[in-house]
Amino acid sequence: MNLSNIFLFVGLPYAALLLFVVGTTQRYRNKGFKVSSLSSQFLEGKSLFWGTVPFHFGILVVAGGHLTAFLIPRAVLAWNGDPLRLMILQITAFSFGLSTLVGLIALLARRLTNTRVKMVTTRMDLFLEVLLLAQVVLGLWVALGYRWGSSWFAADLSPYLWSLFKADPNITAVAAMPLPIQLHIIGAFLIVAIFPFTRLVHLLVAPLHYLNRPYQRVMWNWDRRAIRDPATPWSKTRPKNN
Amino acid sequence: MDIRAQISMVFHLDKCIGCHTCSIACKNIWTDRKGAEYQWWNNVETKPGTGYPQKWEDQDIYKGGWYKDTDGRIHLKGAGKKKGLLNIFHNPSMPTVDDYYEPFTYNYLNLVEAPAGDDQPTARPVSLITGEPMDVKMGPNWDDDLSGTPDYARNDPNMAALSAAERDAMFQLERMAFFYLPRICNHCLNPGCVASCPSGAIYKRGEDGIVLINQKVCRAWRMCVTACPYKKSYYNWHTGKSEKCILCFPRMEAGYAPACMHSCVGRIRYIGVLLYDADKIEATASADEKDLVGKHLEILMDPFDDRVIRSAKANGVPDSTIKAAQNSPTYKFIKEWGMALPLHPEFRTLPMLWYVPPLLPVMASVKDTDGAQKDKLNPIAKTWSDNWLYDTSTEELWGTVEQARMPLKYLASLFSAGDTTLVSDRLKRLMAVRIYRRWKTVGDVSEEKMSRVLKETGLTQEAAEGIFYLTALAKFNDRFVIPPAHREQAMEMIEFTGDVKGNTGFGFREAPSRGM
Repeated sequence: MNLSNIFLFVGLPYAALLLFVVGTTQRYRNKGFKVSSLSSQFLEGKSLFWGTVPFHFGILVVAGGHLTAFLIPRAVLAWNGDPLRLMILQITAFSFGLSTLVGLIALLARRLTNTRVKMVTTRMDLFLEVLLLAQVVLGLWVALGYRWGSSWFAADLSPYLWSLFKADPNITAVAAMPLPIQLHIIGAFLIVAIFPFTRLVHLLVAPLHYLNRPYQRVMWNWDRRAIRDPATPWSKTRPKNN
Repeated sequence: MDIRAQISMVFHLDKCIGCHTCSIACKNIWTDRKGAEYQWWNNVETKPGTGYPQKWEDQDIYKGGWYKDTDGRIHLKGAGKKKGLLNIFHNPSMPTVDDYYEPFTYNYLNLVEAPAGDDQPTARPVSLITGEPMDVKMGPNWDDDLSGTPDYARNDPNMAALSAAERDAMFQLERMAFFYLPRICNHCLNPGCVASCPSGAIYKRGEDGIVLINQKVCRAWRMCVTACPYKKSYYNWHTGKSEKCILCFPRMEAGYAPACMHSCVGRIRYIGVLLYDADKIEATASADEKDLVGKHLEILMDPFDDRVIRSAKANGVPDSTIKAAQNSPTYKFIKEWGMALPLHPEFRTLPMLWYVPPLLPVMASVKDTDGAQKDKLNPIAKTWSDNWLYDTSTEELWGTVEQARMPLKYLASLFSAGDTTLVSDRLKRLMAVRIYRRWKTVGDVSEEKMSRVLKETGLTQEAAEGIFYLTALAKFNDRFVIPPAHREQAMEMIEFTGDVKGNTGFGFREAPSRGM
């Protein structure tokens, strides 16, 4: 348990988490206007399709898989008890990982070559895409080279992550991992750390509430009955700003 | 009965001269910003033509508006909860910048800064997106006055309503006719943009029915761009927000007319309050296609009806708004006189901007003169060449309407979901007013004929006089009738105007630049 391990697997995750919480709160409160991903489909639509669709569906499944193994490791281990089911899980996860990779490469190529898209590309966008690319390549490497990830993740890494959340970090397992896996873990913490300062924030405003609202929205500046009613006290409808 | 008020507009197309002053007024106030250069919240199209963006009326391409399913309910064509969220990563029917046009400016500085040389310096066009030199290939009104007809007018989606022979007849040189169609956001009762917005950023204001996009809540999912069948919601590629016509609400609240209306040279625009029954919106939008216009007219309520007034008051509609509704020029045109029609009612968004269809291109038939008729005509007023007659005579009563130069089917495809009787009713009323006035001022029409014409179109002499007044003589305050601003509801009381001081145009409280 040397110092660099403590820094990378205890210090970094806590710093990342802190940055994530403080950064997103600060961005939402002070730069609420920018809490979205700056879409460039308007400037270029066709090649975007071949990047964004495989990337998003791929990363949703892959990230969801990681989350599942983190949250319910025992259920994943039980599922993997049967070799056939393990194979199905691994192959599915790997193909979605490949889809993420293909999409990400297409997106990066589009960002670098299309002159119109370059106009709405920031250095942070490029940095993030390269970081994600490295993370996906590492992930696929780990999946190929260190079988069977879904099982050892659930068995070894899930307890490590839980120990972080319980404020009782136990890094014995993670310190013994091979280098590519360690890099993949560090990459994940880096992504969490820079999350609030990138276009990734659009993940936090995913419009799931759309499913629960009526289609049409009508708004009165104030409650239209209340403001006409002399019995309503002024303080109730008094504007905050004036 | 749930009575609400809506600010509505009527466009009298016979008076539109296609000068684009409205577009420029709007552009100067609202969209002269980076990322919004290509946006024309108000634009004027020549019809027949493909419009802006290209072929916006063709919902097989853009999937805008609502469609009625076999179960009798309406669904968004290209957005909605299922389709919208499934396509959230890539919106397949969304127009891109090439469907509008690449905004450009000219490198004027080169004219003064170019070094001495053998050639005259030029101001090359440069793209306002990339800043690089470009060839200008498209603009918002590239098809003005039927220019480029083979590419534009002949590809007008409304031509689908005509047979091949009728289509060709429209483009014979001596029969060619066109008219202008100014378009802004329709501030619909059943807006597709509001329904499609996953973030819930778009809403209809209860007080006046103006549809707005909250720039802070908009998260750039761009579903409104697809869902609006009129393509009047625009994506700002620089700020990453969608924007649309706001009916100049800051001006309206201060008692000024919207910029487009205020600047209108032809005085074609009328603004007034309509009272409508919000309970019936869904049923109206789901009506059969042939009943759409009729049902739409039915939910616009009589502002003099006691029950309507009572229900409006219970809803908090102020007395001054009700009074404005009773004086409304739009109510008169739309409901009382039955002169106006909505644009593309078959999109089922229940647009609240109405159009008086143009009579002039319809009745201006050019005929081969026979000698006998030519002798009867005043040579200056009616003949523009020895062989051809620009016939505005009233000899055949409805003949010119029925054998229109601009096919009624074409107008019906624009304004009445294909029902030609609705269009010809309105055209006949326009003609009846002309005959009535001719009887009154020129006197070469018999009184008997004039009464027959008015009777056939269901107008009275007072109504004809009213139509004539509002069409030809109306002063600004007759055309612009909105209630005085209610300070307690005005935006200024909710938002401190000092917050946006120093920001031009759209009033961003922070620089709308990105960087994250």
